[in-house]
Amino acid sequence: MSDSEDILATAATWRAAGETVALATVVETWGSSPRPAGSRLAVSLSGKLAGSVSGGCIEGAVADAAKQTMASGAPQLLDFGISDERAWEVGLACGGKLKVFVEKLT
Amino acid sequence: MTPEVLAALEAAKAAKRPVALLTRLTDGAQHLFPGAGLPAPLAEAAAKALREDAAANVTADGAPWFIHPHNPPLRLIVVGAVHIAQALVPMAQEVGFAVTVVDPRRAWATAERFPGITLIHEWSDDAVAALAPDSRTAVVTLTHDPKLDDPGLDVALKSECFYIGALGSRRTHAKRVARLAEMGHAEASIGRIHAPVGLNIEAVTAPEIALSILAEVVAARRGAALARRAAPATAVAA
Repeated sequence: MSDSEDILATAATWRAAGETVALATVVETWGSSPRPAGSRLAVSLSGKLAGSVSGGCIEGAVADAAKQTMASGAPQLLDFGISDERAWEVGLACGGKLKVFVEKLT
Repeated sequence: MTPEVLAALEAAKAAKRPVALLTRLTDGAQHLFPGAGLPAPLAEAAAKALREDAAANVTADGAPWFIHPHNPPLRLIVVGAVHIAQALVPMAQEVGFAVTVVDPRRAWATAERFPGITLIHEWSDDAVAALAPDSRTAVVTLTHDPKLDDPGLDVALKSECFYIGALGSRRTHAKRVARLAEMGHAEASIGRIHAPVGLNIEAVTAPEIALSILAEVVAARRGAALARRAAPATAVAA
């Protein structure tokens, strides 16, 4: 894993600097999802983003969910894809489906 | 994720120790493997994920768990601190390789030419043997000087490294094949060497050649068809 891919280290640096940070991780994919399981996106309450969980299609929705998790402390398991019918649905242009786990760095 | 888990993951990375992070997706509870108190099915899934370097989802006690392997970086050993190496090394680092450059010629293998890179000023057989290439290691020789390249290739061919590439024309390689055969390497073993090194993208400049080499290393790592050569090297004039 190169520095440019080492999102965990970036998140740890933010946390050590006193920021509130959440970590989103792709845990399962179906079809043509651009990022494999294990891909990470770090989000800070101050609005910083590092890494990715898709080709850019769902990062905004994940960041919104991350802010909820930062506020509540409760982790979330998010489902994205063409069959998703949640209010905040953002379909993946590629037609893939994936699950993203969001947790707070305590 | 607790500070303890985060610190343990960072410590394992610093020590280049493989570690798997196990997360229960219902409530975010986490364990590390290796670690105490893991139920056998989770420990087995974690060991498999590390071995295969692939994340996995398993169910244990009725709950879904995500198994996330964190392996040390792939390694690239570059024999020859030459101009192409100067282009290849930073590209390979960006792609995620831990890079070591081997060249007994101290005028070439300098910190000025390779800032921040581990340099070994020894003959390539001793250096490559000490680095102990494994199945997560690629070895590329770039000097096209037999006395500098061949000893390293000899050691690499006896290892499990996933990629061996050697710079040099077809004619250069045909001579190399003959020398390695004299050293006792079987034809099939010598056939592991990618030569002329790199994917054929008609590369001309040093960075272009570095790109073609790195692309071939990645192709080999990912099992892409591009990494498979159609025929073993023969004595074709370059």
